[in-house]
Amino acid sequence: MPKFEYAPAPESRAIVSLRESYGLFINGEFTPSADGRAFKTISPATEEVLAEVAEASPADVDRAVAAARRAYERTWSVLPARERGKYLFRIARIIQERSRELAVLESLDNGKPIRESRDVDIPLVAAHFFYHAGWADKLEYAGYGPAPKPLGVAGQVIPWNFPLLMLAWKIAPALACGNTVVLKPAETTPLTALTFAEICQQADLPPGVVNILTGAGDTGKALVTHPGIDKVAFTGSTEVGKEIARDCAPTRKKVTLELGGKAANIVFEDAPVDQAVEGIVNGIFFNQGHVCCAGSRLLVQESVYDQVLASLQRRLATLRLGDPLDKNTDVGAINSAAQLAKIRELSEVGEAEGAQRWSPPCELPVKGFWFPPTVFTGVSQAHRIAREEIFGPVLSVLTFRTPAEAVEKANNTPYGLSAGVWTDKGSRILWMAARLRAGVVWANTFNKFDPSSPFGGYKESGYGREGGRHGLEAYLDV
Amino acid sequence: MSAPVDIRAGAGSSLREFLHGLPGVDQVGAEARAAMLASRSIKTTAKQWALDMAISMIDLTTLEGQDTPGKVRAICAKAKRPDPADPTAPQVAAVCVYPDLAHLAAAEVRGTGIHVASVATAFPSGRTSLEVKLADAKYAIDAGADEVDMVIDRGAFLAGDYQLVYDEIAAVREVVESSATFSGSAGRAHLKVILETGELVTLDNVRRASWLAMLAGADFIKTSTGKVSPAATLPVTLVMLEAVRDFRATHGRQVGVKPAGGIRTAKDAIRYLVLVNETAGEDWLDPDWFRIGASSLLNDLLMQRTKLATGRYSGPDYFTLD
Amino acid sequence: MSDTATAPGRLAVRKTYKLYIGGAFPRSESGRSYVVTDHKGGFLANAALASRKDARDAVVAARRAFAGWSAATAYNRGQVLYRVAELLEGRRAQFIAEVRAAEGLGARQGEAVVDAAIDRWVWYAGWADKIAQVRGASNPVAGPFFNFSLPEPTGVVAVIAPEASSLLGFVSVVAPAVVTGNTVVALASERCPLPAVSLTEVLATSDVPGGVINVLTGRTAEVAPWLASHMDVNAIDLTGAPDSLADDLAVAAAENLKRVVRPAAEARAAEARAAEDWTQPPGLKRMLAYLETKTVWHPTGT
Repeated sequence: MPKFEYAPAPESRAIVSLRESYGLFINGEFTPSADGRAFKTISPATEEVLAEVAEASPADVDRAVAAARRAYERTWSVLPARERGKYLFRIARIIQERSRELAVLESLDNGKPIRESRDVDIPLVAAHFFYHAGWADKLEYAGYGPAPKPLGVAGQVIPWNFPLLMLAWKIAPALACGNTVVLKPAETTPLTALTFAEICQQADLPPGVVNILTGAGDTGKALVTHPGIDKVAFTGSTEVGKEIARDCAPTRKKVTLELGGKAANIVFEDAPVDQAVEGIVNGIFFNQGHVCCAGSRLLVQESVYDQVLASLQRRLATLRLGDPLDKNTDVGAINSAAQLAKIRELSEVGEAEGAQRWSPPCELPVKGFWFPPTVFTGVSQAHRIAREEIFGPVLSVLTFRTPAEAVEKANNTPYGLSAGVWTDKGSRILWMAARLRAGVVWANTFNKFDPSSPFGGYKESGYGREGGRHGLEAYLDV
Repeated sequence: MSAPVDIRAGAGSSLREFLHGLPGVDQVGAEARAAMLASRSIKTTAKQWALDMAISMIDLTTLEGQDTPGKVRAICAKAKRPDPADPTAPQVAAVCVYPDLAHLAAAEVRGTGIHVASVATAFPSGRTSLEVKLADAKYAIDAGADEVDMVIDRGAFLAGDYQLVYDEIAAVREVVESSATFSGSAGRAHLKVILETGELVTLDNVRRASWLAMLAGADFIKTSTGKVSPAATLPVTLVMLEAVRDFRATHGRQVGVKPAGGIRTAKDAIRYLVLVNETAGEDWLDPDWFRIGASSLLNDLLMQRTKLATGRYSGPDYFTLD
Repeated sequence: MSDTATAPGRLAVRKTYKLYIGGAFPRSESGRSYVVTDHKGGFLANAALASRKDARDAVVAARRAFAGWSAATAYNRGQVLYRVAELLEGRRAQFIAEVRAAEGLGARQGEAVVDAAIDRWVWYAGWADKIAQVRGASNPVAGPFFNFSLPEPTGVVAVIAPEASSLLGFVSVVAPAVVTGNTVVALASERCPLPAVSLTEVLATSDVPGGVINVLTGRTAEVAPWLASHMDVNAIDLTGAPDSLADDLAVAAAENLKRVVRPAAEARAAEARAAEDWTQPPGLKRMLAYLETKTVWHPTGT
């Protein structure tokens, strides 16, 4: 029994008022799906049913796209840009006002710790809307010419790992640039998107500017292949991203994709060790490793291998796994049974391939989907667990001798989303950054996001950028 | 105690190389870690435990030019019975006074187990000759202090004369250790070394000064005199806790940590305990290895303690000023 | 101010108009005031008549506030300025009444001007976290170096606010300085200072730190030269100064090479200088005027 046992510190669920069932959000109103089909969304920590959610059929997709098109032509593209901006400012403010409610709801539906949804996700959501609100009437300064025009209607499909944040990354720039949207949240995490729809109503956003269609893979496919949309934005697996690229290839639709990754987190011998260990932990165990840009490959310089690993193992023993709504929880639930199965499968592969597996002692709750933070050492580039995205709290540890070797190993992957570099030497940071084939390079930090900072991948991690001046391009006819 | 390099007199450059070869501290990362740990939510039974532990770790301090015997008597009385209405409140760890009042404090707390810490070596500035500093330390011990809180020469440290700083600490340690009049409960008097982190400024300097003090024989490393702002902060204490943790791992000797100055609320104090718990570990969650130098903090801890026990928010009228 | 709307038989409680320095509302240290009239010459209020010492104190307050304001994140500055707009909107009716009284505008014009002022403030608030992306650059130098240019605020900016446009013009010359991280000492319109003073009440109740914006009221010819010659002022906007005075101010400003902003039309060109049209989109000019560019080099190597 530890000397200093932290008592349960639960965040109250009372702030959230869950409805028994939710409809689709089309043309400013909630409406049942055309064929009445629905599905349930559960809490991955307890497996309790949270609510029933409508499943959008192709007919609903038609309706939503039509509503978005009408709103685009009659309202949104006619409105002076500064008024568009003020709608986004309103939405940003309401998100701030309802931030605790949104954080609790996100943790309930997704399984991530309340500390993360409260301190990282929701503040970033508000920040994205604030940042892009300001661009609406300043597009002539964005570097795309004197009067850049929007594309029209955007179809957007987002994943379950950062539900409301991914929604913000998609909707804020789209609206700021003058487009209207139809967005499909992931089937396991629809609730914050539906609450966002309510927020649009509270902001008096003109009907049809934002439409939310809940559903699964079929709904997503129907949306991105719909002939009535001008722009497709997708964040999710590389496999589905390629399918979308194929589907859109013969069309005139503009496409941006933000896909998977297998990022290298590179620790040099002169790294600030304690902060580097924090960066390793943050890189792969933040959000249970459900992060496309996770530092899932630790590349540690051989000369400091023992020291770094010892520090890492000691640090992992202080990670607290458990109830996502407990304010002291560091590691929450795996989002779904399906994802848990994938993580287990690949971990078994790792052992079979000969890597050594280690986890800190960890009590897993009986109900729900849980996986302990896991470290594989003795991993080489040839191992599957060094190449395939696991999308869970599993770290593969490899070594290197020289900077050139680190670069070679880091780049030796079809992915290219992010990378981390830990060293005290400025010139080395810049040398590495210049050579790493990744869209985001974090030096002496990791998993840092900001609406003004462009995010996106090289190679099979996708194309296009989200955030910053560069992110506007995706939603402009340039 | 073993040292990794030959750091006896004349080997100053090896000491410099060792200290400059320690891993750097990334300030942003360290501050972020400290802030994350400060967001831990400590409630109910955990809070109860933490409040009592924090009280038992306090070095109740009065270090003012205007201190009088009356003031010292009052602080000793409070140290023995912090809460006039509740005898179950724990005693504090020590009282901390200037050396010329140490004999009085020693008499007041004799037999209670409360330590008498005296500042020494021309506290707070440390700006005088080594002879005077050693005489100051001897004076404190002879007066009955069983702990000496010395200050390092920050000027020498910032000028890169690490050997001088080392030698001074070692010399004071010898004086403190070899006092014949020591009468406390431990085997010998203990030495706390004040780094004055507010003047060292960078976390790299805090790390180096921590190691230097431990190599020279400190029993405790302490953040501040409390006379300079900023005094103790969470990031500084984080770096010091990492240092004592690593020092024990490489040298086999446990050194204590004392943040002092600027810790005013129970919330602050509990944050420090969380920091200890998740950095150096629970071996340091004990008044023998972690102290908090404070004065007004005690009343806030008592108020929170009372609130937990009675369910009502309390007010300053119910606690003594000293 | 002529009596605010109130019930018949009830006396209105009139407002006292003071200076705004360091987040507080002092009277002039000189103890003086001057009569402010409406567009018809009727009495509106006694406004504080600022002295050179008030100007001096305002510069000290602005300098003190600069370190904190310029170190705040751009996001934070944007949030603070947006909050100001929220509070302005809340007092829309009050400002419409004050501007109409000061400038003699009709109802529709008054509304348009106040709405434009609020929207102008929102426009500038949105620049806080974008100007660095538009003005900064990474420069492809011919060598193994990483080279980037960053815009940084210049420091304390003195602003002689437009004479005629008492709110919209005032906002248009003050907002660009603060959104970029500078702190401001503004001299309000001599003839129509009251809307600017009411704006300071909005600033004091929003999250703007004390000293970031300081507002003086008084005689342009008396106060402006002290600001123009002040060696701890880094930039000056001469918009509200009459042509003849503006030349002298620019000469005085040269003593410490202040960055000088002159009104759009060349002052020397005509006797009756065309007034700047404050309803037009402002462009980047006033923000860029108060931004220094810092270029940093660092080698890249293992």
